[in-house]
Amino acid sequence: MEAAEVISSGSNPKNQLSSPASLGINVFFIIYSLLCIIPLVLIVMVSITDESTVIREGYQFIPSKLDLGAYEFLFRDATQIIRSYTISIFVTIVGTVTSLVVMALYAYPISRADFPHAKFFTFFVFFTMLFSGGLVPWYLVYVRTLGVKDTLIALIMPLLVAAFFVLIIRTFFQTTIPTAILESAKIDGAGELTIFVKIVLPLSLPVLATVALFQTLTYWNDWFLSLVFITKESNITVQYLMYKTMLNIQFLANNSTAAAAIQAAGGTFRFPSETVRMAMVVVGIGPIIFAYPFFQKYFVKGLTVGAVKG
Amino acid sequence: MAIPTSDEAAAAYIPKKSVKKISQMRIFRKYWMFYLMMLPAIVLLVLNNYIPMFGIIIAFKNINYADGILGSPWSGLKNFEYLFKTSDAWVITRNTLLYNSGFIVLNLFFPLTFAIMLNEIRSRFLAKLHQTIMFLPYFLSMVVISYLVFGFLSDEHGYLNSSLLPALGMEKVQWYFTESVWPYILPLVNTWKSMGYFTVIYMAAIIGLDDEYYEAATIDGASKWKQMTNITIPLIMPVITIMTLLQIGKIFNADFGLFFQVPRESGVLFPVTNVIDTYVYRTFLTVGDIGLSSAAGLLQSIIGFSLVFLSNWVVRRINKENALF
Repeated sequence: MEAAEVISSGSNPKNQLSSPASLGINVFFIIYSLLCIIPLVLIVMVSITDESTVIREGYQFIPSKLDLGAYEFLFRDATQIIRSYTISIFVTIVGTVTSLVVMALYAYPISRADFPHAKFFTFFVFFTMLFSGGLVPWYLVYVRTLGVKDTLIALIMPLLVAAFFVLIIRTFFQTTIPTAILESAKIDGAGELTIFVKIVLPLSLPVLATVALFQTLTYWNDWFLSLVFITKESNITVQYLMYKTMLNIQFLANNSTAAAAIQAAGGTFRFPSETVRMAMVVVGIGPIIFAYPFFQKYFVKGLTVGAVKG
Repeated sequence: MAIPTSDEAAAAYIPKKSVKKISQMRIFRKYWMFYLMMLPAIVLLVLNNYIPMFGIIIAFKNINYADGILGSPWSGLKNFEYLFKTSDAWVITRNTLLYNSGFIVLNLFFPLTFAIMLNEIRSRFLAKLHQTIMFLPYFLSMVVISYLVFGFLSDEHGYLNSSLLPALGMEKVQWYFTESVWPYILPLVNTWKSMGYFTVIYMAAIIGLDDEYYEAATIDGASKWKQMTNITIPLIMPVITIMTLLQIGKIFNADFGLFFQVPRESGVLFPVTNVIDTYVYRTFLTVGDIGLSSAAGLLQSIIGFSLVFLSNWVVRRINKENALF
C-alpha cells in the first residue's frame, strides 16, 4: 500500500464535498502548511538580517535591512563547521552501513523456519524493546568498561542494532523470499552465506532501503550521544555544534581566529551573535531540507509497511 | 528436525538428557554459519542492552569508583528513600504522566481529523503537497526545533515579544521564565512535530478501506458526517486502538529531547518541564548523584515494563493479530 501514491479524492463523483466545504478544507490546509514552514522562514530571514537591525527591531519576517555578515563571519573561519560536517557525515555513513549489515545478518537466521533456535534469538532481540537498564549502567558500560568516551565509536555503536528494524527486516525475509528458492540453492550446494549474499539481499532491497533511510536520519539528527559522551571539540557533530551555539553563542566566538586576531591587535571585536546563531542553524539544516523531498516518499512507504509480529 | 534412526537406537541406551545435549550440538554444527552471522549483533546487544540490565543493582548500592560496581557496599533501599523524600519524585512522575496523556489524546484527535479531511481534497497534487509539507517537522532534530521555538519566544528579540504582542497591544512575556505557559507550549510543539507522522499512518488506514462501503452510503444518502462516524472511524478502529495502546505502553518514557532542548534548560521552568528522563540525566551527569539517578531510572524501567505488558495484554484481548507478542 502506498499512502503517498494513492490519495483517493472521492473516486465517486456523487460522493464529493460541496464546493464551499471543499474550499474551506483547502484553505485550512494551506494555512496549516504555512504554519509548518513559517518557523523555518523566520530563522532564515533573521540569519540574513543586519545585526544592528535585529537588536533594534527583533526577529522579523521582513527585515528592514538585509546583510550577509553572519555567513561571512561563519565562513571566514569555517574550520569548526567543516570539521563538524565531516564528523557528522562520517558517523552517518559508517553508522548506517554498519548497522544495515549487522541487522540484516541477524535478521536472516531468525527468519528461517527450519532454524531451531530462531524463536530464542527473536526473543533475545525483542526483549530489549521491553526492558532497559536505564541511563546510568548504560553510560558506565561505554565509559568505564569500553572506555570509548570522546571517540566516534560512542556516537556510532549505541545506535547500531535497533530491535524494531531487526524485526521488520526479519518479517520481510519471511514474507517475500520464497522457501523454494532457498531449497534449490541448497541442493545446488550453495552455503548459507552465499545464499544470503547472492539471493536474499538482492531480493530485499526495498526493506533495506527503507531501514537505511530511517537510520540515516537517526544518525544525522542525533545529539544525545554527543551530549553524553563528547567533551573534546574535535569530535563535535553538526547537531551538537548547533546545541552548543544555542547555549553559548560565545562558543563560536572563542573558536574564531578572526575574533582572536582583532582582539590580539588590541581592538574590540563586535560579534554578530544574534544573526550568527540563526545562520548556524540554517547551515546545519541545509542537508535535511535538500534531502527531504527525496526522503519523505520512501518514509511514507516505510511507515505503511505493516505490523511487526514478534 | 527429524532425528535419524541411529540416534533413536542410541536413545534406548542412554539417558534422555544427553540425547538433548547431542542434538543441541548437532544443531550447532549444522547451523554454525547462522551463529557466526548473528555474532556481531549478539555482542552489540549484550554490551548495549543486557549488561546494563544487570547494572540495575547500582540502584541498591552506595557506589564509589574505588571499589567498582560489584565491590561497592550494598545500601538496600536507601536510594529509593532519598528519592521519595524529595519533592522531585512526585513532580517528575506527575509531569511525565500528564504530558504523555495529553500527547496521546492530541496525537489521536488532530492527525485523525487531518487524515479524514486530507482524504476529501479533490486535487491529488494538492493533497500530496500538504502531506509532504506537514511531514517536514518530523525530520528536524530537537535541537533545530528548540531554535524555531526560540525564534518566536526569545525574551529579547523573539517574534512574539518584538512584533506580534505589541501589535496586538499586549504586554511582553518573559516566556522562558513563565511557568504557566509551558504546559501549553510543549504539547503544541510535540503535536506540530509529530502531526505528519501520525497523519500518514491514519491516511494509509483510510485509503485501505473498501470503496463499496461509501458507494452504498452514497446511495442511501448518508451525509459526509454520517459516513465518517458510521463507516470510516469504526473501520479503522483497530489502527486507532493499536496506535493508542502503543503510546500508553510508553507513557512512562518521556521524549527526552522535547523536555531537555525546547525549554532551553531554564531552571525556573523545572517544576513544569522536568520529567523522569531529564531528571535521571541531570541527577547523574550534572549533579553526579549516581544512587538517586539509578533509583529513578529503575523505577521507570520496571513500571514501563509492566505497562508494556499490560497494554499488550489489552491488545491481545481485542485483536490477537495486532499484539506485539
